[in-house]
Amino acid sequence: MNRRDSLKAIGVGAVSAGLLLENCKPSKKTSNEKELVQEPTEGLQPFEIERNKKLHEEIFFTPEEMAVITVLADMIIPKDERSGSASDAGVPAFIEFIVKDIPDHKIPMRGGIRWLELQCMNRFGTSFVQCTPAQQVEIVEEIAYPDEAKPEMKQGVAFFNRMRDLTASGFFTSKMGLEDIGYAGNKPNRWTGVPEDVLKQYGLS
Amino acid sequence: MQIKKSASVYDAVIVGSGAGGGMAGYVLAHAGLNVLMLEAGPFWDPAKDSMQLKFPYESPRRGASTTRPFGDFDAAFGGWQLDGEPYTTKDSTDFQWFRSRMLGGRTNHWGRISLRMGPNDFKSHHIDGLTDDWPITYDEIKPYYDKVDRMIGIYGTVENLENEPDGIFLPPPKPRLHELMIKNGAQKAGVTVIPGRGSVLTEALPGNSNRGACFFCGQCGRACKVYGDFSSSSCLVIPAIKTGNLKVITNAMVRQVLTNEEGLATGVSYVSKDDMQEYQVKGKTVILGASACETARLLLNSASKQHPGGLANSSGVVGRYLHDSTGASLSGFLPQLLDRKRYNEDGVGSVHIYSPWWLDNKKLDFPRGYHIEYGGGMHMPSYGFADGIHKKNGLVPGKNGEKKKAGGFGVSLKDDYRRFFGTNVYMAGRGTAIARKDNYCEIDNNVVDKYGIPVLKFHYKWTDAEIKQARHMQETFQSVMHHMGAIITSTVQGPETNYGLEAPGKIIHEVGTVRMGDDPKTSALNKWCQAHDCKNLFVVDAAPFVQQGDKNATWTILALSMRTSEYILQQRKKLNI
Repeated sequence: MNRRDSLKAIGVGAVSAGLLLENCKPSKKTSNEKELVQEPTEGLQPFEIERNKKLHEEIFFTPEEMAVITVLADMIIPKDERSGSASDAGVPAFIEFIVKDIPDHKIPMRGGIRWLELQCMNRFGTSFVQCTPAQQVEIVEEIAYPDEAKPEMKQGVAFFNRMRDLTASGFFTSKMGLEDIGYAGNKPNRWTGVPEDVLKQYGLS
Repeated sequence: MQIKKSASVYDAVIVGSGAGGGMAGYVLAHAGLNVLMLEAGPFWDPAKDSMQLKFPYESPRRGASTTRPFGDFDAAFGGWQLDGEPYTTKDSTDFQWFRSRMLGGRTNHWGRISLRMGPNDFKSHHIDGLTDDWPITYDEIKPYYDKVDRMIGIYGTVENLENEPDGIFLPPPKPRLHELMIKNGAQKAGVTVIPGRGSVLTEALPGNSNRGACFFCGQCGRACKVYGDFSSSSCLVIPAIKTGNLKVITNAMVRQVLTNEEGLATGVSYVSKDDMQEYQVKGKTVILGASACETARLLLNSASKQHPGGLANSSGVVGRYLHDSTGASLSGFLPQLLDRKRYNEDGVGSVHIYSPWWLDNKKLDFPRGYHIEYGGGMHMPSYGFADGIHKKNGLVPGKNGEKKKAGGFGVSLKDDYRRFFGTNVYMAGRGTAIARKDNYCEIDNNVVDKYGIPVLKFHYKWTDAEIKQARHMQETFQSVMHHMGAIITSTVQGPETNYGLEAPGKIIHEVGTVRMGDDPKTSALNKWCQAHDCKNLFVVDAAPFVQQGDKNATWTILALSMRTSEYILQQRKKLNI
């Protein structure tokens, strides 16, 4: 993918990132997870309900960090003709939750964002979300391809790999993502074997 | 604090509600005995409590395994670590002890892979002299396997393989697409593949109106709301309660077995997790089905004047001969499945195909064998399902036929996730570990759990036999992957990790800690799983196993427990107990 295609591929640029910053200001009443629906508690053990509640109340990422996460997530999974973007599917809120749930993500995510911010400050004189879309693509291209990344960018690669994995987890486990990927199960049916046309396609009939 | 002693005397007190305890409760309650069952966790009914048919977005962690080791929707409370209930190890042992405190125990979430042990598993000494024989033969237990098949239901196919005895089978589920490809690849690699054997009702179970047939959601691990698979809770304990003869006390953590001056069992003492009070209940017969290690712990914690080294332990074997199946695995993906057509292939939650052990050890450098379980396909996405795409999407040509740069972002990456959906394949070996006297659990003299009960300390070492078996697994898996045209994506494990051999306990087939035998000097139980030293004490979980084959333990636990329960009924008639 060349740079121009990349720019087309991402829906979020500097302007919308600024708006996001506004929207992400924490208050006592809102958390970074406000997009998440309240999940049911049946079948859960009391300690699980208690733990979930505690995690939902806690805020980990700062508004600035959430803005970076949102821009990156939408660069990784942008809107296309089949489905919406990562942020349309609530991925930033999922990432906020999962780093609290699996604390091993906390330092690599926080430190990775900081690493990216420093790169942008040194290179472009501004923070990642304030960069132009072209600048954002320029820096991301240097950390998005592990086999080609320069040695001095390796920490960024590790961060981006994690960010890519978390974004994909969040997106493809959402309603939108499940529909996008075409998962057809999780409902009562009768399994009678591989459809005939599929067997033919693979020469197995 | 005071100890509340119940005046009523039950015909039988059963500790544990899993496969072994559940079967004993079922048989004895249906025979009209007045039975009490104690379970250390809460009441749990799959019909009400199962997470079946939930979508990943109904979990805030999207099904991640943070609080439940097999994911947020899995039907096992507990795991390898329980809050407030530690265990310890010594001599740099890495033993992992999985406990599930709930009605039905670990049967709520298990893989439903239901394999009989064969003639050479019960009598294995003649093979290479490495292991001890059971005091019973396959032919003696066969009628009970048959009864379990009919009563609980199992699918499979008649194959006439010498050490993989056939059962009374419902039709197996048809193979999925990747399973057809695995079968072809395995055959080229010289590996036998046959339909799976699982306790899932692929058709209605004849004569049973309490259980629904499988509706193919592939989620047996979450336990089945229509009772379409085997859980001890749904198939044994809840039906036994309905007879009116079984009372279940939940959240009852049993502390010890009580004995009298003659050394006979009189009941058990327990702490209630509900009110933290201490209780004692009485029974004419005490039956332990708390799980292999928990039962050993109970016996060792029940030492008395008459049983100084622990109850039923004059032989000193209680806790010893602990063994878990070996396990190693490999995963990859099938490039020919990129951009595959979507349809519902959830199937059943147990295995559709598997490879029974197919080789002759005379030509190999390790004893005994393993079977292979296979996975893959268009599973419901959950947390982590697409991790590591940057290690895969650079390995195959893109849609335009040109190789892509690994990793990436944007619309092209988004499309890669779609392209790779349903291409994964996975294989895992489950093999025979040699039961050894010097692999054991014992009471840690310095540590108690939060109820004040002394905890177990584990000592367990793999040997060359198991490590070479794991090496052979890795070679076989690579060969099957190669012959089916798969690309391996997990690290092929070498000698530095014992070829990926899992820590003992990780496969959750731990058995052997209260072994049976004809000689009271070298065994704790007779061939009816009755304690040599205490005739009204029985063990019905996997603790009596002398030597496990490569077969998963549950079907044998059920058959043995049924056999022991019928023996108890006979002995009562003869007024022997």
